[in-house]
Amino acid sequence: MVKKVTVGAVVPWPGSTAENKTGSWRTLKPVIHYEKCIRCAICWMYCPEPAILKVDPDKYPAPEGKPAIAKLPAVEIDYDYCKGCGICAEECPVNAIEMVEEVK
Amino acid sequence: MVVMTLEGNEAAAWGARLARPDVIAAYPITPSTHIPERLSEWIADGIMDSEMILTESEHSALSACVGASATGARVFTATASQGLALMHEILHIASGMRLPIVMAIGNRALSAPINIWCDHQDMMSQRDTGWMQFFAESNQEALDLILIAYKVAEDRRVLLPAMVGLDAFTLTHTFEQVDVPEQEEVDRYLPKYRPVHAFLDPERPITQGPLGTPQHYMEFKYAQYEAMNRAKGVIVEAMEEFGRAFGREYAPLVPFSPGGEIVLVTMGSMSGTARVFVRGARQEGESVSHVKVVAFRPFYHSKLAELLAGAKVVAVVERAFSYGSVGPLAQDVAYAMHRYGIKAKLANFIVGLGGRDVTLRDFSEVLETSKRILKGEEDPGVFWLNVAKEEVLKAEEVIWNA
Amino acid sequence: MFEIRFHGRGGQGAVTGANIFAIAASYDGYKSQAFPFFGVERRGAPVTAYARISEGPIEIRSFIYNPDAVVVLDPSLLDAVNVLEGLKENGYVLINTTKKPDELGISGYRLATVDASAIAVRHGLGTPQAPIVNTAILGALVRFVDMVKLESLLRAIREHAPAKKEENAKAAEEAYGEVRIW
Repeated sequence: MVKKVTVGAVVPWPGSTAENKTGSWRTLKPVIHYEKCIRCAICWMYCPEPAILKVDPDKYPAPEGKPAIAKLPAVEIDYDYCKGCGICAEECPVNAIEMVEEVK
Repeated sequence: MVVMTLEGNEAAAWGARLARPDVIAAYPITPSTHIPERLSEWIADGIMDSEMILTESEHSALSACVGASATGARVFTATASQGLALMHEILHIASGMRLPIVMAIGNRALSAPINIWCDHQDMMSQRDTGWMQFFAESNQEALDLILIAYKVAEDRRVLLPAMVGLDAFTLTHTFEQVDVPEQEEVDRYLPKYRPVHAFLDPERPITQGPLGTPQHYMEFKYAQYEAMNRAKGVIVEAMEEFGRAFGREYAPLVPFSPGGEIVLVTMGSMSGTARVFVRGARQEGESVSHVKVVAFRPFYHSKLAELLAGAKVVAVVERAFSYGSVGPLAQDVAYAMHRYGIKAKLANFIVGLGGRDVTLRDFSEVLETSKRILKGEEDPGVFWLNVAKEEVLKAEEVIWNA
Repeated sequence: MFEIRFHGRGGQGAVTGANIFAIAASYDGYKSQAFPFFGVERRGAPVTAYARISEGPIEIRSFIYNPDAVVVLDPSLLDAVNVLEGLKENGYVLINTTKKPDELGISGYRLATVDASAIAVRHGLGTPQAPIVNTAILGALVRFVDMVKLESLLRAIREHAPAKKEENAKAAEEAYGEVRIW
């Protein structure tokens, strides 16, 4: 096995933590119900990873009859890194995020 | 060079000043209080251009030093005794992160009972923290060893922190003549620290102090082992260069009056008293030599064995103890003798704990006991000198009988 | 090697006095060493300080058990501690006192006295109840033990006295003139 050893355990490779995909730690998985999501981005702000990403408004459906919301960036969960902590579901003001059992 | 009459603390402060540290973080403690005190004055007066961080404890002081050194700054601090003990966990972090911090220690006993006077237990208790450890015999050595310590610590072959011990009161509060080198001379000997592995540079982001899993941890510890071994050569180089630059000779081990059947081994300020004793004893026909240990970590086992060749009794006289074993210096001397085939007997003399004076009479007793050991009249072992042993045993008996 | 033991009380400047003496000796080309017996003393408690001067390097680091001279900054100490302990035969004894040798009951040593308290008070050093006599007694000492020059002492005082440098120098000079060597 080749090991990466540096003086003083310094890590001179920025962003190398991304190699560690923490999604495998998850037992409960957040699922966004887009028909309820008002795109307030509170989940995005609270996610400690961060494993909630802002994406193109058109990528996901918006709640019906809310054209202003449909113009905001949508949110999606990066399941490669989401540890399933549930903070997003706890903080969501409209209960649009549900924690479901992870099935692998 | 200017000759000044300085106390040991001031000499150490001069060493730090001449090294031009970027950051000093300290929490004052007897007997080394005058070091940060004097440095603060020089900073306040605009004589020194260093950032002084006054912290709320020694733990915080060394933590601040670690943080500052991790940005690539040259860093200095000073402490003693309980203060050094409180730094303990951060000492390992500084060496593990390979940060070349230099620290002066006013060697002082540890509580209990509370005691502000000299012995070496404070540094000995930090023996295994991965710091280089030097012991000064005089105020001059305190100043010079701080400069040498920086030179070695910052060498990219080493990158390890270093502590320089100066004995409480016997040096810290004693005035004597010190050659204070000129700033330009020191700048030539010790140029600005150029960090190679630990620095703060937005263009080159790095992580310091990460997790080391079982897959990696041991490699980093092995790296420290190798660095400390390399330090042995670098220390000799730095001392030789110091000698050429400033005209004062240094060595990790200093022999005096070699070739004796009995060899005394000491560290710190008692080494001068030991030489005075050996000189007198030689005149009276005694076959006795002396070795002063300046560098305790790394320890020069093979070099010591060379200096002990031909000895019949090696008498290690020290101001610290490892309870349940023998003195820490004696442990290393024993390893050196065993590893390199020195067949002499080894005796360990414990003196001067908690500021008890180490006198010529103590060394007479060391010599007399060593002569009895040489003749086979006494078993070598551990000898506590100048202690009211009977009083101690009586007091213990009172408790047994209660 | 010449070894001196200073006896004073906390606050009289015995420790600073020993240090200034060591500095003065260095100006005359001596190697010197000065150190306190640093206890937990407070103002008024008996304190001891030591000085060594030598033409060659000073390697010894133990306390001084057999001094060549003892200097007593406070006459009341004569009742409290044995200031003559270990003093070498024919050694020097310098005492801050107005008493005469027969009143002091000291014999077998070279004795000198000086009223350092009065000199210190005259120069505004300390208070009449607690005069700071260290510089005055040093002035008397350099006259009594003829090794360190008065000029060197005055220079050391002017450079290193913590306060009232000129007054301290004057006190030393005056004591140099007034000391009685019996």
